[in-house]
Amino acid sequence: MVNPSPGDPGSPHGMKGLVTDWSADRRVFDVPWGKAMMWIFILSDVFIFACFLVGYMVLRMSTVEPWPDASEVFALTVGGQSIPLLLIAIMTFILISSSGTMALAVKYGYEKDRRKTAVLLLLTALLGATFVGMQAFEWTVLIGEGVRPWGNPWGAAQFGAVFFLITGFHGTHVTFGVIFLIIMTAKVLRGSLDDQRPGFLTGRKGRYEMVETLGLYWHFVDLVWVFIFAFFYLW
Amino acid sequence: MAKATPQQHPLRIYLWVWLWLFVLSVFSYLVDVSGMEGFLKWFLITLFMLLKAGLIVAFFMHMAWERLAIIYTILVPPGVLLFLAGLMAMESNYTLVSRLTFFAN
Repeated sequence: MVNPSPGDPGSPHGMKGLVTDWSADRRVFDVPWGKAMMWIFILSDVFIFACFLVGYMVLRMSTVEPWPDASEVFALTVGGQSIPLLLIAIMTFILISSSGTMALAVKYGYEKDRRKTAVLLLLTALLGATFVGMQAFEWTVLIGEGVRPWGNPWGAAQFGAVFFLITGFHGTHVTFGVIFLIIMTAKVLRGSLDDQRPGFLTGRKGRYEMVETLGLYWHFVDLVWVFIFAFFYLW
Repeated sequence: MAKATPQQHPLRIYLWVWLWLFVLSVFSYLVDVSGMEGFLKWFLITLFMLLKAGLIVAFFMHMAWERLAIIYTILVPPGVLLFLAGLMAMESNYTLVSRLTFFAN
């Protein structure tokens, strides 16, 4: 009996395809292994961030002190007027922009357009670095106002601990993303992906699928920010 | 080895998703600025959050074009997190009631 592999034009779709993919005694996922592994890593990271956010929910729900109002805590004064959450809104737009440039970089990568891919990757890295810079500014302002992991001037002491943990962990993810974006830009620029040259630390040949795998990570970082923005800053 | 289908899609799709992500972010910011309170505020914030997350996963992360085998492997397990959140919500409610009963003045 012939088992069609997932990518074949004749292989079934939908639920039937799901069953054949898992039961065909072949590779289950019809994607490059690097991409499948990135998805599995993202799944594990989803659980880590979810544990942090659930922990935040527990602290906020069970405290008897009032929770500091994020709109006021993160307000910026522009021209003598206090605008609520301004910095956070700008950071959100920067991260979404970087997700857009990343998606286009992946698209032009598959079209083997080396210059456009490199420029878009570099733009993504710059936007990411800007985001981290603004987060550093935000931390500086809050620390200056007396926010500590064990206390703050406005209410529930747990606010600082949650804030530094969640935004710090997310910021670390963005920072690593920026580093890998710069590495990938260099690889694309020098043509390593076109020539399928192996990398510095690996014998794996360079391919444009690597740009998509890196893109998955970057979009995930943006995805996490969507949840942090809603639960921590807006809620 | 199975031949992977490259993810090539029209530019138009990416630009539309990008635009909608901006629009939805503006909406959720407006919810906060307008000073809305109570159920409506939480409902709108959650709605815009889920719509944004769905757009990113489906189109930027190409999930809409993957086969069901990988979609279910990645998207079903996080469902148990709703169970965890529900469980911990009950637990923290109990902690809050205990604190109010025995410790708060």
